[in-house]
Amino acid sequence: MNIANLLKVAWDAILRNKTRTLLTILGVVIGISSVIAMVSLGQSSQQSITEQVSSTGTNMIMIMRANQRRGGVNMGSDNAQSLTIADVNVIEKQAKYVSMVSPLVSAGGQIVSGNNNAQGSLQGGSTDLLEIRKLSLATGSNFTKEDISKYSKVCVIGQTVVNNLFPDVDDISEVIGKDIRFKGVPLKVIGVLESKGNNSMGQDQDDVIIAPYTTVQKRFLGTNYLQMIYCSAVSEEYCDDAVTEISLLLRENHRLSDEQNDDFEVRTQAEMLSMMNSMTSTLTLLLAAIASISLVVGGIGIMNIMYVTVTERTKEIGLRMAIGARSKDILLQFLIESAILSLVGGLIGIILGLLLSYAGSSALGMPFVVSYSAIGLSFVVCAATGIFFGWYPAKKAANLDPITALRYE
Amino acid sequence: MGENIKQNQSNQQQPTAKSIIRIEDLKRDFVVGNEVVHALRGVTFDIKEGEFVAIMGTSGSGKSTMLNILGCLDKPTSGHYYIDGVDASQCSKDELSFIRNRKIGFVFQSYNLLPRTTSIEQVELPLLYNSSINAKERRERAEHALELVGMANRANHTPNQMSGGQQQRIAIARAIVNDPVILLADEATGNLDTRTSYEIMSLFQKLNDQGVTIGFVTHEPDIALFTKRQVMLRDGRIMKDLLVDTQSAQAALDALPASDDY
Repeated sequence: MNIANLLKVAWDAILRNKTRTLLTILGVVIGISSVIAMVSLGQSSQQSITEQVSSTGTNMIMIMRANQRRGGVNMGSDNAQSLTIADVNVIEKQAKYVSMVSPLVSAGGQIVSGNNNAQGSLQGGSTDLLEIRKLSLATGSNFTKEDISKYSKVCVIGQTVVNNLFPDVDDISEVIGKDIRFKGVPLKVIGVLESKGNNSMGQDQDDVIIAPYTTVQKRFLGTNYLQMIYCSAVSEEYCDDAVTEISLLLRENHRLSDEQNDDFEVRTQAEMLSMMNSMTSTLTLLLAAIASISLVVGGIGIMNIMYVTVTERTKEIGLRMAIGARSKDILLQFLIESAILSLVGGLIGIILGLLLSYAGSSALGMPFVVSYSAIGLSFVVCAATGIFFGWYPAKKAANLDPITALRYE
Repeated sequence: MGENIKQNQSNQQQPTAKSIIRIEDLKRDFVVGNEVVHALRGVTFDIKEGEFVAIMGTSGSGKSTMLNILGCLDKPTSGHYYIDGVDASQCSKDELSFIRNRKIGFVFQSYNLLPRTTSIEQVELPLLYNSSINAKERRERAEHALELVGMANRANHTPNQMSGGQQQRIAIARAIVNDPVILLADEATGNLDTRTSYEIMSLFQKLNDQGVTIGFVTHEPDIALFTKRQVMLRDGRIMKDLLVDTQSAQAALDALPASDDY
């Protein structure tokens, strides 16, 4: 029997049992589509995180105070006084791989404007802070170096602050020049930032007030220490070099001997990104594993149906053998039947899975990612299920004795 | 495989030239538990081209075993079975399948039609297992076979839309579509009423007149009267082998009382 005739025979047999065929295919469809939807959604969320992280700048480097030990007691990092403006100056002057640097100090408290008030934190930085953090101005201007040296009472605010303190303003440019009071001290609004939305941790990136760091240090905190230093590497690929360079400079500046641990910590966005990625890919893997259980169940569904089919069609098999079908022809017929079932199920499943992940990603506001690896994998899996789960029943059919099969009632 | 068989055919010459089927001292034993059951204890006979042979016997006489071997579904324990010059007792399983496909037509008691399948497709089925026949020729031969059994107008009917007699006609069309050297019928009228049985026998007689060789297994003596020769089996041996005074099934049909006719 040639392959065209085999296909015709298998196809006719499938069409003869439409309901059963549909139900069998349904199992595969659900399995394949859930695997594809899960993997695609996982990759969508991964991509949306990547996009958000890179929107805050992939070459951003953060220097933080490290935990400090005094007499064996971990003092935490909050009160550490290891970072100073001297460190900023050293990095600015000597680091080759760092293009911009800004200190960061922050103070929390109540902000008031007229009858409106809100809780917020005031962040102090240098003129480069906005650019390092990829923040841009919607209107107004940034503060200047002169503002820094004069401890000027000026600030740049984010959209959320505008909404909270100036709910009646239609045009944000009207806010420019108004005063807001932070802990009772009036600060003049000189600029409003473009909205950036929530970050991947769910924090509102628009709930921000930025002032010259000197203003925050002298007028609100009364310290000379810094909480953090933000740097920007000359480009993304020099991030690691910049980190090494910064570490060396700071150790020298802090006069640390070789035995002493760093009293600071340097983090890059790339590290953040890989951390987030490993989190989401674990989650994706978990979801895909759960979904693939349904794929296996679908495969067993095919096997079950084919097995029942062989028993039910014993007489047909006997007849086919009597009119000249070889064992091989019977084996191939049943294998092709189960392969067709799983492949048709697989194709429908892929389409449905893509629709589901499209719907899901647009509902969650994430980019739609077509996971070709998931499609390829599930196609291979479903072809393999068809043959693997079809083999046993097909073998059973092919091994039937024609005389017994013909007499079977 | 086909070449192999053709070669065998040319090796077997004069002694079997006119015989379609030649059986020499055929024995078939079955081992059941510790006992050996001798279903056939040494049978020798031959069937010549154009014959219409009834193979008769009671249950346990060995006629089913005989039919299975004649139909190349089973192989003898010893002895030789030549069909159309080929020694089927020496063939492999696949070669037997080939012989069944090209040289034998089966008609069963319970028709064995595929459910939810149209008559024309049922009849095409044996040709699907013959790669040398293309789709067009397959359809033409199936249509011709349906015409021969008088069922051309039922080509697109499925078995559940037809009576038993009509279904058996479809089964006969399926058995002759591959132009077999012998048509083997296993109690082909066993499930049918008298009138329909006679109609089917009349069809067999018509086919036989056109040159089809028929082996007809039955236990009903009145049906065997429509054949040309009776081979009686008892306890695995041939008890009687005689030519009969053939009756016309059409005449028997005409003689049936009219009251049966509804």
